[in-house]
Amino acid sequence: MTARDWQKLITAAVLLGIAALLPLTGNAYWLSLGVSVAMYTVLATSWALFSGPTHYISLATAAFFGVGTYVMGSGIEVMPYWTLLPLAALAGGLLAALVGLATLRLSGVYFVIFTLGLAEMVRQCVTWYQNQTGHKGTYVLTELTEADIYWQLLGLAALVYLAGWAIQRSRLGFALRIIGDDEEVAAHSGINTALVKVALFVVSGLVAATVGAIIAPRYVYIEPATAFAPMLSFQVVIMALLGGTGRLWGPLIGVIPFTLLWEVISASFPNQTTLLLGLCFLLIVYVLPKGFVGLMQRLDLMRQGREAFA
Amino acid sequence: MDIIITGLILGGTYALIAIGLNLQYGVARIMNLANGEMLVAGGYTAFALYTGAGLSPLLTIFLVAPAAFAVNWAIYRVMLRPLVKRAPNRGALEQDSILATFGLSFVMVGLMVWAFGGDYFNYAYLSRRVEIFGDGFGLNRVVAFLCATALCAALFIWMNLSRAGMVIRAVAVSPDSARLVGIDVPRLSAIAFALGGAVTAVGGAVLSTYLTLDASTGVIFTMKALIIVIMGGVGDIRGTIVAALILGLGETLVATLIDPGLTLAAAYALFILILLFRPQGLFGRRQA
Repeated sequence: MTARDWQKLITAAVLLGIAALLPLTGNAYWLSLGVSVAMYTVLATSWALFSGPTHYISLATAAFFGVGTYVMGSGIEVMPYWTLLPLAALAGGLLAALVGLATLRLSGVYFVIFTLGLAEMVRQCVTWYQNQTGHKGTYVLTELTEADIYWQLLGLAALVYLAGWAIQRSRLGFALRIIGDDEEVAAHSGINTALVKVALFVVSGLVAATVGAIIAPRYVYIEPATAFAPMLSFQVVIMALLGGTGRLWGPLIGVIPFTLLWEVISASFPNQTTLLLGLCFLLIVYVLPKGFVGLMQRLDLMRQGREAFA
Repeated sequence: MDIIITGLILGGTYALIAIGLNLQYGVARIMNLANGEMLVAGGYTAFALYTGAGLSPLLTIFLVAPAAFAVNWAIYRVMLRPLVKRAPNRGALEQDSILATFGLSFVMVGLMVWAFGGDYFNYAYLSRRVEIFGDGFGLNRVVAFLCATALCAALFIWMNLSRAGMVIRAVAVSPDSARLVGIDVPRLSAIAFALGGAVTAVGGAVLSTYLTLDASTGVIFTMKALIIVIMGGVGDIRGTIVAALILGLGETLVATLIDPGLTLAAAYALFILILLFRPQGLFGRRQA
């Protein structure tokens, strides 16, 4: 580790420490907003770990999230809370591994299509199972407060950032970047492209499932329609792309403005949310194809260019 | 017997929708995730004209088709052409077009909810009973099936026998070589995309005579059409028709024997089988 790395690490730790102080303000509105921001940060960052370098757009976040929620919901009666988090992660990772093994050997389109309907398919299966056994939904009753959920999510965010940082400097991250640049070249230089992609996809799947499990107590009552709401996948994709997936901190700078914007939108135009979400998508594709990160890099280049002329 | 006929009838309509998507993906190389919304829009138009003006859905087709053609042509020229120009390779174009059409699908859902409300809509058209091999079926389903079959057959013949169809197939096989023999690929891609949209919208109008639709069901149809296209092979109309019939049968089988709520799961099961054993499509050749 160089001095620069330490500097970055310390900056990140200080920022995290400041963020952890939020519940102490005692403002319930800010805290609930904080939970949303933390949740989307973890989801978008873990999404970008896989989809950023490979350019494979995963729309499966809602499926993993829902699986995590359901592991928590069906286990909370019989098992202690803390054992359920790793169990949820395991379930999410397993689902991701299965999906990855089936689709990631092939071209990216198959993967996108498969993930597009995954949440809906899992929802149908859960609903069917519940109808068979006569359940409708489950209650998740815990002693956890909003602040506890917030702190857990922050902790998870720290873990995701550390993991992302470690992956970036490992052979795995290097292989992933080569795959993103040119999959053919990667395969020819001896990289097991399918394995690398599946591995990273599993990471993003298990993180999303853990988030679902952590959030479950906040819902109190879980039913398939809320746990597997497909909108979640799309929001995560938008936020990550808005920030830019080229840097580890990219999704974060997309999450914060978008969560605030979304808060305003869903409060003032509750019937037009889908329309506005679509317009945001189009805006990103046509105006900000590389997100805020790309914009900043472009501005940086322009400034350097001017200085060189001066 | 009941299951087989219901399945084939459903599959016939699926075939029409999937051919639309296949023209857009196989020829114009645009993975159009807003395809299902175009279908629902076609259904809405048929619904509005039938309840408002008493126009038969089978006549509406002649209005829906040119309108959808024009709309899709404009979408391609304005929205998608810049992406095609900007993309350095096919992978990048796929990513961009997926995101753009995805945004478009949300915009269309939003507009339809705004214009018509989010409720389910259906109408009674030819809801009489007919007997086929001793079992009763809705006349509207049978008519819809015949209509879809006629359109599929017409498209199939046109694609295989006419000069324009041959040109379109040439672009599907290899856009670069098509350019070398003097085919105006950008113009043809726009036409194929528009035609695909028109076929899908007509499929929606036909489907609306017997299925209940709402503004947000589009994505389910997109999903099924995508599965069919992959199952049948990209750019292969014959494969698409066979695959659509298989999906129609499979879904009806699961819906009748297990649970009607599991149709998407049935589609997924087929999808997984195809991905594992024949990713190149039913009639596709393995690529070297």
